[in-house]
This record gives sequence, structure tokens and C-alpha cells, in this order.
Amino acid sequence: MIKFLLMVNKQGQTRLSKYYEQVELGKRAALEADVVRGCLARRKEECSFVEYKDYKLVYRQYAALLIVVGVTENENELSIYELVHNFVEVLDKYFSRVSELDIMFNLDKVHIILDEMILNGHIVETNKNRILAPLLALDKMTES
Amino acid sequence: MSDVVEKTLTALPGLFDSQTGAAKITNRLRQLVKSITELTSKHEEENLIKQELCAMKEQVSSPNTSMKQMREIMVRAMYCEMLGYDASFTYIHAIKLAQQGGVLEKRVGYLAVSLFLNEGHELLLLLVNTVLKDLQSTNLIEACMALTVVAQVFPKDMIPAVLPLVEDKLSHPKEIIRRKAVLALYKFYLIAPNQVQHIHGKFRKALSDRDPGVMASSLHIYLQLIRESPDSYKDLTGSFVTILKQVLGGKLPVDFNYHSVPAPWLQIQLLRILSLLGKEDQSTSELMYEVLDESLRRAEMNHNITYAILYECVKAVYTIHPKVELLEKAARCIGNFVLSPKINLKYLGLKALTYVVQHDAKLALQHQMTIIECLDHSDFTIKRETLELLFRITNAQNVTVIVEKMLDFLRGCNDEHTIIHLVGKVSELAEKFAPDNSWFIQTMNCVFSIGGDLLQQDVPNNFLRLLAEGSESKEEDDQLRLYAVESYLTVLKGHTSHLPQCFLQVMSWVLGEYAHLQGSVDRREVIRLLTQLLDQRSVSSETRVWILSALTKIPEGQTDLILDLAERLASSQDTVLRQQAQELQHLSQDSQLHEWVLPRGAPWDAIEVDSSLSFLDGFVSEALAAGAAPYKPPHQRQEELCEDRALNLEPYSFSLPVSLSSCSITDRQSPTLLSVSSGLSGNSTELSQKAGSSTLILEGVKRVWGKDGYLPQKEATAPLVDEPSAAVQPPVQQEAAERTEPRPELSTRNQDKQQLASSLFVGLGVGSSVSLLGKSEAPPPRFRKKPRPHESSSSSGTSEKSSDSSCRSSHNTTDSFLYGSFLEEEPATSKSAFDHTPKSTTANGLSQNKDTKEDKHTNTSQIFGGDMVIVRPSTIQDKHPPSESSDLTALLPADLKDLPHSDVISLTSDPSLSLSSCRLFRDEALLLLIFISNCTETVIKDIAVQLTCEELKTASLRGNIVDCLEARSTSVCHYALLMDDPHTNVSFTGTVSYQTQPGHTNTLPFSGTLSTADFIRPLVLTTEEYGKLWLSLSHDVKQNLKLLTDAGDPLRTTLNALKDALQLHVVDIIGSEGIVACRLLSSAPCLLHCRVSGAALVMWLRSPHPALPDCILYHCQRALAHR
Repeated sequence: MIKFLLMVNKQGQTRLSKYYEQVELGKRAALEADVVRGCLARRKEECSFVEYKDYKLVYRQYAALLIVVGVTENENELSIYELVHNFVEVLDKYFSRVSELDIMFNLDKVHIILDEMILNGHIVETNKNRILAPLLALDKMTES
Repeated sequence: MSDVVEKTLTALPGLFDSQTGAAKITNRLRQLVKSITELTSKHEEENLIKQELCAMKEQVSSPNTSMKQMREIMVRAMYCEMLGYDASFTYIHAIKLAQQGGVLEKRVGYLAVSLFLNEGHELLLLLVNTVLKDLQSTNLIEACMALTVVAQVFPKDMIPAVLPLVEDKLSHPKEIIRRKAVLALYKFYLIAPNQVQHIHGKFRKALSDRDPGVMASSLHIYLQLIRESPDSYKDLTGSFVTILKQVLGGKLPVDFNYHSVPAPWLQIQLLRILSLLGKEDQSTSELMYEVLDESLRRAEMNHNITYAILYECVKAVYTIHPKVELLEKAARCIGNFVLSPKINLKYLGLKALTYVVQHDAKLALQHQMTIIECLDHSDFTIKRETLELLFRITNAQNVTVIVEKMLDFLRGCNDEHTIIHLVGKVSELAEKFAPDNSWFIQTMNCVFSIGGDLLQQDVPNNFLRLLAEGSESKEEDDQLRLYAVESYLTVLKGHTSHLPQCFLQVMSWVLGEYAHLQGSVDRREVIRLLTQLLDQRSVSSETRVWILSALTKIPEGQTDLILDLAERLASSQDTVLRQQAQELQHLSQDSQLHEWVLPRGAPWDAIEVDSSLSFLDGFVSEALAAGAAPYKPPHQRQEELCEDRALNLEPYSFSLPVSLSSCSITDRQSPTLLSVSSGLSGNSTELSQKAGSSTLILEGVKRVWGKDGYLPQKEATAPLVDEPSAAVQPPVQQEAAERTEPRPELSTRNQDKQQLASSLFVGLGVGSSVSLLGKSEAPPPRFRKKPRPHESSSSSGTSEKSSDSSCRSSHNTTDSFLYGSFLEEEPATSKSAFDHTPKSTTANGLSQNKDTKEDKHTNTSQIFGGDMVIVRPSTIQDKHPPSESSDLTALLPADLKDLPHSDVISLTSDPSLSLSSCRLFRDEALLLLIFISNCTETVIKDIAVQLTCEELKTASLRGNIVDCLEARSTSVCHYALLMDDPHTNVSFTGTVSYQTQPGHTNTLPFSGTLSTADFIRPLVLTTEEYGKLWLSLSHDVKQNLKLLTDAGDPLRTTLNALKDALQLHVVDIIGSEGIVACRLLSSAPCLLHCRVSGAALVMWLRSPHPALPDCILYHCQRALAHR
């Protein structure tokens, strides 16, 4: 099960955070800082999974942006690693060559995309067309 | 793909000038984003967000703010909350936005709600009407977003309001609506399973939906359902297999592919479901062999995602009923993983191997070189996973090397969680496989100094318990204790300031208890070393108490030192310390008293903890008469506290009258008596046993991996196939074994590795393939805890009872001395005289256990292996060889033979008579059978048995007067006992009078203890009856218990454990809740409602009898704590 998904830049600034298990607002910043420190400390040739408390972190880096997913011990880390990539591909498709700024200026839309893919910590959709369908329909309606 | 995000901050100015495309950013939001990107310090961030929040507050309260602006405010609020600043004033506006906005605003409103509010937030109630309206909307997009939010956050109590609407959507023409409806129902199932029970049929319809997306979302529900009760869904195996086949065959539309792999995450989900269904079920497993085979074959494409599927597939193959060819293929796949140069694959390979070695330890043998490389890997995660793997394959032969590796790792590790976790494992291995005393003590020293005060309390507790209880041989025990004493003296002579408190406590306890074993060491030296610790500032006051109680125990002679110390501490600020100093002073001045209270070298006699504190009854009734408030059990107090919103105390984890730490230390028993063992290593115990179990017996292994290291030349000649299991062993394994044979041109570095390999993997091998077909017996742990002797030790104690009461009192704890109560009666016999695990009983009361006597013996000793046992002199056991009692079972009256019964235990004996007893569990009463055996060659006459027990009623008795008992014969006397008011434990006493010569009457006293558990019977009723009864009962108790998580479904395991220990009837298990019923003989029922909550079992007991729930709870806690 997925516990949270974070998008953080190399400076450790959070660009998007989504928790699938309740974490108090006050504790999030510390947790995120901890998580990012753990991931950034790792070298390129080391594997993309880190133990953190009683769960695992799966991280993947795109340019200056780091995507970190916290998962339970019984999760298949490699499938989550690829899920992250699928997510980025979807973003790429929607924003046509996505950048950190796209994500920042469209925080709501990125969340809407994520809501289609992951629900309550489970992977519910991975088909790119279907993930984007509701958002594209929404865009169309607001344009007209 | 790393070039996807190539526009970086440098492109910033340009972007602000030309905002294009879908994102039209309004000014304020743009401003905020821009400012956030320019932040350089935390301080700046604080100022910025503070300003922003102020501006937003103003905006939201202005009536002129449009919906569009409100949407922008929501996104700004998301930013504020994301950075950790409270923006709760916007929550209500998020709900308003969802209610009143246009489509896009509505979506953002819903999004904000799902991000800001957690389940159970009261504002969510305001959302219900909006959701209802949108669910009925003809606009697809609106219906869609309403379903999304329902599946994310929705108040549990309001589910019935939306349920019919969501159900309707299951037959909606649009797939996306059907899909979201299924996901919403899944959420409902998770938070309120009872509400959706009636629509299980519709789930099946969703599973066979023509749209793959809808089908895929129904799998979430099924994975959950099957995890909870696999047996109910076996009929669906065929469907899942077909679906997986179709997915593999590329029958899905192309857009389901991810990098040309068809719906990989769907495949993973299906494989998980199949492995749950096929677990321990041969016929179901047979249905899936073909598709698993195909799945393994398809995964040839070299992409991460295929490996992710492969991993899941390998796990499935090893989880379901084994099939040799598949296992071979899966094993080869693992090879591809671990040998891969890609580090992520290597990691997953290790993880797979860790899973697989539980089933087949010799697989590790094939990959030993890789494992050794991983052990020295620079990557922390890889190392950590490798240690996990080694832990699983540890056995008595390789334990020293593996533990050394683990300790090495720990020394360089500073992650708290890892340390706690790993140190627990080391101590577990050390206890189980230690080759000798010195190694064991040294290893535990490392555990204590590395783990320090992070350690879970049960690690030191277990260790001390092990030292105190010892094994079968007193000599060995003393050697171990002696070694510990010596080792600690050495440690204490060095630098002690850095030692963790927990280690100091362990050392002082051991020194206090066993320093006298060490004849050569000057007592003054021991006292000096301990006193030295007291002077150190770093020593906590808790530790000081431990040290002082150790000093109290070191006896005689050194009065001057002690008095000096006591005087110094008598003015301490700490009251507990001061009290202890007082005791120390008194005891050291009065050696007679000292000898009496703390008899040196006295056997660990049966000290019964009178947990009902019955000796205080008089005091209590006096106090009540004088107008004191009656006692309230902790849970009741807790509730009242909560009601008053007073102090928020941590809930008591144990409702027993556990003595405070300061008291339990002075206890002559190990201070661990009532400790709750934690779940720290619970999980892995069983697994590791499995791994270890398949190894010890194997001779063939030694030939390959000799004790002195790797033996290549021997291996060439060693016949691999002479094991009985050779037939089962697939040829691949042999090849693999040959492959690992070292080549002559190995460099020295490689030879080192080979050396390491030989020591790491010794004990794993050929014959272990048996483990696939059936787990062999676990090897006897090195430090087996003392099995509770069958015979009662009371024979000596009770015969002297009348003549020498001081002897009995000497068994009292200092505790009771301190509180002036040592003259009170202590239960004359240990409860351990009785085995508290009645034979497992079916609901109709018939025994299922038809084991032979030998089996019973091993069973009981295993059961007691984890039990709190009090060490007793072994000589008493010898007096009553177990064979005697086995003869006695044959004497059970014919009409009682079929009743479930306990083992026969000896009560007492003298030269003429010996008494044994046996408990028979009849529905309406407990039958206590007393066997009177004539041990002489002459006739004994006029035997009369008299039994008294205040708490129990004797319903009937038979055979208590025997006129004449022939030489070497046995007569049976039986009492039917009733318990009207529950007492946790009751003791009985009695006497037998008899005449060996006319006119010369002898009496032989006896005594024993019975527990409520003996009087509890299963209550068979249906779920409905249970429900009705539940509502009618008045007295209830609620408590969190430990959940057993060592095997399978925790709820089921825990309930079964309770059922076995207490003869309960499990009425039903629904999801994470279970209902259980029992009664006190044929009278008062007690209903138990158990719910899994996190790592605990929330138990709620109800009964018409006020004391029964507490009593049963006590036994439940005992049963679980001692598992």
C-alpha cells in the first residue's frame, strides 16, 4: 500500500505532497525533510529504495525534481518505481514536456491526475488515456 | 526520460511573460508561486505565508469574491498547507465552492476538501447534500467527481444516504462511472463492511464487466475479501486465471500497455490474488500452474516492469502448493535477479530470495557468492536486505558468523529503527542457537551495549528470565550464570560511563543474584564496583534502584561498606531510593532477618503471585466499612477520566495488578514476571524456525561445507544423492551445487569469500528440500526454557507445613516482607502444579486429543517452553517419574474416560501413600479426581479424604472413604466442583488420613490450585443469538490485548490461541472482528467481542456477572502473553 507521494526539488522544497494515511499537518514538514534527506544522501549507483522507519521509500529523480513514494514493507518496490514513471509520462503527455514550473502553476490539475491514478493508497488506473479523460473533459467545458 | 523536466528555474522569467496553454494563472496565485520559488530561507517562507494567509482571510470574507477567485484561493491554501501552515479558515469555503461553483471550481472545491479534511472531520457532514445532488446530476463530469470524493473522504455514518445512488451507478452505461462506483463501494467496504454485505453479488457482476477498467477496480475488493477469507472465493479461481490469461495474451486494448507490457499492475494484482487462493490448497493451485508458467515465460523482455511482475510471480509460485517444474523455473528467475548488474533488480532478487528461503533454504546455497558480495555492498539498503536473508537461514552451525555480521553492521549504523529491529533479531538468534555460554554472554553484551536504551523491554527481560529459569541441568545453568558474573565484573572494571542504563540494570541484577557463585572473587570488590556506579551522574535513578536491590542481595560480612552507603542514600531526594536504603540498612544489620527474607542459594521455589491480592481482603472490607470508595477497574476509571476530559493517561496495557517497577525489582523472581512481550521479533520467529528446522539433521551438507571451512576436494567425492530425500531433489540443484564449486585459480580474495561462504551457508543443503513437502521438527533451541515439571513440589513443602512455618515463609518475597504481610497465607502450591491448558475441546465437549503419553509430554513442555516457569530443584521430579501418572490415566472410571481431561499430576506422597490428581472437564462441573496409591506391600485401612476450598462448592463426591486399600493398588476419589463466583485462581487444601496399623492414624496433607480456566466452557450459539444476548448483558469491560501476528491472519491466530487456552467458542469472524462466547460452567455466559485495531486486539467483554469479564480477560492476557 502507498502511504504518501511527494514531489520535491533538490533544494528540499516540497512541490506536491499527497498523503494516503493521515499525518498531522504539523508533522508533515519534518517527515518530508527527513525523507528527502534520506533520498538525496544516496548515490547514483545505489538502489532506488530506502528503508525509512517501518516502511520503504521508493524514489526517482527527474532533472532537479525528486518523486518519493512511501510504501508498506509488503509492496513491490519495483512496480512502484515504474508507477512513478508512468505518472511522469502522463504529466508529460498533458503538459507536453512537463517542467517543475508546470507542476507548480497547476498544482490542482496535477492533484486531479494523481487522484485518478491512486486512490486510498491503491493503484486504480494506469491507462494514460483514461487517467486524463476526466481532466480533458473538464478543460473542454471551461473553454466553451 | 530524465530530460522530461529540462525546463528549470533559469527559464523562469520567460515563463512569467508568456503563460500559454491550459494554465491561465491569475495574478495572486502567480505571485505566490513566484515568491515561493524565490524563497531562500525558512524565515522568509514564514513571512511570505503569513502575509498570504492574511490576504486570503480578507478575500474570503469579502462578499465580492467570485467563484473563480475562490478557486484560486483554494489553490493558494493548498500551498500554505503543503508548506505546513494551517489554513483551516478556508475549509468551509472549500465545501461552499464544491456546492456552488461551476464544473472546474467544483472539482477544485472537492479536491481541496479531500486534501484538507480527514475522515471524521465534522465539516464533512456539510458536504453530504452536495454529493447527493451531484450523484444525481445528469452531467457525467459532476457525477464522476462526486464519486471520486466519496471514495476518498466520506463520513461513515452517512454511507446509507448515498449507498443506493452509488449502487445504481454500477449499471451506468459509461465505464468510468461504473469504475468509480466500484471503487467507492470498495471504500465503503473498508470503513463499514457490514453496510455493503448485501451487494456482494454485484461485485461479481463488476468482475465480469465487459470493460477491463471496471473489472480491474473490482479486483481491489476481491484482494481484500480473499485476504480475509480465502475459502469463500475459491470458486472464482477459474475467473481470475482466465482474466490473467487474456491479459497475457494481449487481449486488452493497446492503451492498457505500459512499455509494450500489457497492463502490468493488473497482472501483479491478479498474481497476488492467485497466490492467496492457492496457498495450502492443492486442487486450487493446480488450476493456476499453467498460467503461472506462462507468466514466467512471458517475462523475458528486459524492462523493469517485467521484473516487477516476475517478482510477484515467483512469490506466487512459492506461496501456493508446490510444483517442482515451476519451482525450478522460479528459482532460475531469482538467479537472473540477483546476478543482474542493475542494483534495483539485485535488491528485488534479494527480497525474493528472503521470501523463498523460508520454503527452501538451499536456494541460498546457489547464490552464496552473490550474497556475500551483497553483504559487503556499499549500499545500505542492499546490506540490510542481505542481513534479513541471512537471519532467515541461520542455524546452529552458522550462527556465530551471521551474528558477527549483524553486529558489525549494527556498529556502523545510526538509524534508530534499524537498530531496534536488528538487535531484537540478534538476541533471538543468540537465544536459539548459541553454541556455548561464553559466546552467548558476549553476544548479549554487544546487544545491550549497542541496542542500549532503545531496546524493547522484552529483550533484557527474556535474557534475565533465561538466566533465572535455567535449563534442565543445574550445573550448566550455574556455569552460564558464573560466566555472566565474570564477564560483567570485567565490564564494570573498565569505563562504565558510556554503558546504557538497561545494560547496567541487567548487570546489577545478575551480580546481585549470582555473585555468590563466584567463589574466588572478593565480595568487597563486587560491592565496590556496584557502589561506584551509584556515584556516577549518568546513572538514572531507576538504575540506582536496581543496583541497590542487587546490593541488598549480596549477603553477609560487608556491613561496614553497606552501612556507609545506606547512610549516604538515606538522605536522597528520591523516595524510592531512600526507602531502599532503609531496607538495606536494616537487613545488613540483622543477618538472621536477611537470611530469612533473602535466603542465599535457595531454590527458586514456587512463588505464586496472588494476583487477586486475596490476602488484602480483610483490609479492603475494613476500609469499605469505614466508608472508603469501592475499587474501580482501570477501564472504568479510564472512561470516567475521558468523560471528565481530565488528564490524558496512557491506557493501561495490562489490567493485572502489576507491581510498580521499584517493587518488582526487589522481588526475588526475575523482574520480568508480568512483562508484556512485544511484537518486535514475533513476526520472524516462526519463519526463522522454519528456515532453521530444515537443516540440522542433514549429514550430506557437512561433507560439502566442512566445519573447518570449504572443502572442495571432498566435495568432488562427496556423494550428494545418498540422502533419503534425494528423490525429491530436482537435478537443477545438483548442477547448481556443482557450479558453486571453486575453481583452482581463485584469487586469495575470492578464497576469503569462499571461506566466509562455507561458514555462512553451513547447514543448508541437500536434504532440506524435504521442507517443501512438510516442515520437519524445529531443532531444540540451545537455551530451552525449563519445562514445567509435571509433579508438584508441594510434597516436601506441605509435609513440613505444620511443623516448620518459618521455612515456608522464607519463600516469601522481600515485597511481602516490606509490606508487613509475610505472615499471610501464600498459596501453598504453585499454580504450576497444574497444567493450564486443558485438552482442546470441541464445542460438544469431546476431547480431540488422542495423543500418546509421550506426545503429551513433548506438547506440554513446548507449551511451557515460553511460559513463566519457576525453577525448582530437579530432585523432586525424580521422586515421581512421569510413567507413574501415565498408568493412572488408565484408572479413570469408564464413564469419564471420554471427557477431556488434564494430565495427571502428583499432589503429594509419603512412604505409604502417594496422591495424584487429574482434572476432568464436564459441562456443568469440574471433576477433580484424586488417585490414592498404596506404595507399600501391606494393606492400608480406613482411608478418608477431606478436601476444602472456600471459593468452590462441592456438588458431589465419590470414593472419599476407602475401608481397605490393597498393597500396590490405587483407589480413585472424585469431587465435582462448582464455581459460582469467578476467582482468577483458587487453591484447595485437604488431608488424607489412613491407618497402616490399627489404632495408628497418619495424616497426609495436600493442596493445589485451580484456575477459572478450568471452569470455563464453550457456549455454542448463533450470531443472531449472540447479538440478542449481547444487548441484554450489563457488565462490560474493554481492553486492548496483544495481537499474535506470527502466522497467517492475526485475528484468527489470536482467537485460536485463546480458544485453545480457554475453551472458548468462536461464534463468527467477520472481517477484522470476531465474536466469541463462553460460560462459567453451565451458568453465567460471557460474550467477547474482538476487533483488530492496528497492532492490538480490542476486546470487549460482556457478562451478567460483574466479576467474570475481568477474570476471563486476565486469562486471555496470560494466554497471549505466554505465547
